[in-house]
Amino acid sequence: MKLFKNMLALTAASVIGATTVPAQEGMVDELREPVLEKFKDKKVVFVPMSMSFDLPEGWAAVMQNAAELRGYQFDIRDANWSTDTGTRAITQAILEEPDIIVVQNFDVTSYARTLKRAEDKGIHVVQVNMRSTYPTDAFVGADWHGMGEYAANRMVEVCGTSQGKSGKIALVQGPATAAASVYQLNAITSVLNETDEIEIVSSQTGDWDQSKARAITQTVIQQNPDLCGVIGFWDAMDTGTGAAIAESGKDIYLITSGGGNQTACQGLENGTFDEVISYDVPGQGRDLNNVISMLLQSEGEAGNFEFALYTPNKIITPDTMNETSCWTLDQLRDGG
Amino acid sequence: MTTPNQSASNRRGFGLGNIAVTQELVVAVAAAIMFLVFSATLDNFLSSANLITLVRNVSVLGMMSLGMALVVIGRGVDLSLVAIMAVSMTLAIVLANGGWSFGLALAAGLAFSIAIGAVTGFLVAYVEIPSIFATLAIAAIVYGLGRGGIADLDVNNLPPGVDWFIFLGRGSLLGIPVSIWLFAATALLLHLFLRKTGFGRFVYAIGDNIETARITGISVRPVLMLKYMLAAFTAFMAGAVTAASVASMNMRIVNSTMIYDVLLVVVLGGIGLTGGRGGIRNVLVGTVLIGLLLNAMTILDISYTVQNLIKSAVLLAALVVEALLNPRDEQTSQQGDI
Repeated sequence: MKLFKNMLALTAASVIGATTVPAQEGMVDELREPVLEKFKDKKVVFVPMSMSFDLPEGWAAVMQNAAELRGYQFDIRDANWSTDTGTRAITQAILEEPDIIVVQNFDVTSYARTLKRAEDKGIHVVQVNMRSTYPTDAFVGADWHGMGEYAANRMVEVCGTSQGKSGKIALVQGPATAAASVYQLNAITSVLNETDEIEIVSSQTGDWDQSKARAITQTVIQQNPDLCGVIGFWDAMDTGTGAAIAESGKDIYLITSGGGNQTACQGLENGTFDEVISYDVPGQGRDLNNVISMLLQSEGEAGNFEFALYTPNKIITPDTMNETSCWTLDQLRDGG
Repeated sequence: MTTPNQSASNRRGFGLGNIAVTQELVVAVAAAIMFLVFSATLDNFLSSANLITLVRNVSVLGMMSLGMALVVIGRGVDLSLVAIMAVSMTLAIVLANGGWSFGLALAAGLAFSIAIGAVTGFLVAYVEIPSIFATLAIAAIVYGLGRGGIADLDVNNLPPGVDWFIFLGRGSLLGIPVSIWLFAATALLLHLFLRKTGFGRFVYAIGDNIETARITGISVRPVLMLKYMLAAFTAFMAGAVTAASVASMNMRIVNSTMIYDVLLVVVLGGIGLTGGRGGIRNVLVGTVLIGLLLNAMTILDISYTVQNLIKSAVLLAALVVEALLNPRDEQTSQQGDI
């Protein structure tokens, strides 16, 4: 009996003891703490072309959220549409010795030497959206060449002479030195040189400006009343192209590309655009965050890596469009 | 009493029988030759549709050139016109998107542009800063206000449901686009102002010789202020037409070379930068020439950089011709004043 009582007391005591001491369950993720340590006190500087349009605003919102979450500092230095201001901003940033500089190039040459200087000083450089001729650790951006190929092939499908159409198309380019423009142009002309079905009747530059795009398109439609299609190189500029087409009253197929902002979906809804190749800014933002995360964790020297994360193209048409096809800036800022 | 235009060409330049060879004549002849050459060699150039497109594409440039011509005739230059055009329209659009009725928002934009014109006029007339510096500074300030204070994004879209406004940019009356009608109306108004009103005469007098004008009793300073305010008004009208045609306003044009295109039209048409000479007809001639040039270059599919090269060469040629036809004398060699 005494033994039984002792056993009961012992069991009761151990049960009470066990419940007052919290039991540790599961396992510790040994990778997590060291990685979070690596993010502390790190600095990332972003130098976009300008913070006044949707693409850099979108990337900045996504990168800002990650920076706050992970605990590294994120600064934005606005180049205000000027390569001089941008070069100064990057040079100033180099003096501050951040860990990573994220750069959006105006064209293929302006920043080349400055980026080399940054890498020589041990700063990792990530190029976004448009490349420079100087390759750095990483490039995150649209696959311009692939987009050009897709657009050209689409034009053959929609406007080719074998389809019974006139085969005439026009191109509305960006500035003659912007990577986005030149790579697309190269792809389009390579594809269309292989086929007789399409004739490019006009290849002018709208310089990323809607009014210019509108004026050019209007003149081209005037000159070529049987124009079948237009490839525009940026949706923000092509609201002008679409306006000219709408005014002419003709059925001309406009295919354009952009970051997938709400205006693209609005354009598809109201008939300004027929097809948009979206390079999905939220997706690119995530790629940027991943690249930043990897570079901050790596011990490698700057300039050791040379990888490119080309964004897969997301094709949006009036038929395939849904609520998640496009994004708004508020959604991105809220972390959506 | 001879009109300012005639007296100027009688004093200087040279004559071909009864017709004075002015720059305006040279440009008009050049335009006529270009027109004939293009009609003969380019397909579809001579169609009414293409000619209408041609004029329409330069109607915005033409409207701003009218304002610039007014300033230049009164001896000065206004480099802030593009900034005023872009930012006042952006203000109107931002207010409309924020809930104001569109008519009221437009009125606010108009008030803003005229206020800036008044400030510029004050700086030039009362503080006596040379107009080239004053307007350069005002352009930078206005652009800064626009980018920093008024709007976050470069491109601001019109709110939905303003079809009556979009008609300004895209509609037609009697087969001719409304923007061309507006250009013609503005040209007529300014022509009447310059030729028929006292203020217009004063502008010529001030442009010709400001000290003499002051001595003869013309209130120089208010006229100068009025001049800049009118120029700002034409800039706002140009902005309204631009915004209506693409249903948005892009502030980035302030960074572009548009203001030099405006100056090109004015100088090309024969309005000398020394002031006191020229009229609206000069602007029309200059606009037509530039319109022909741009239209032909687009049809010929000439690349953008070559187009800029050609425009710049034409501007240089125009300045050279003007210097040859109107050689400097003691009066005009005060050109540094602008």
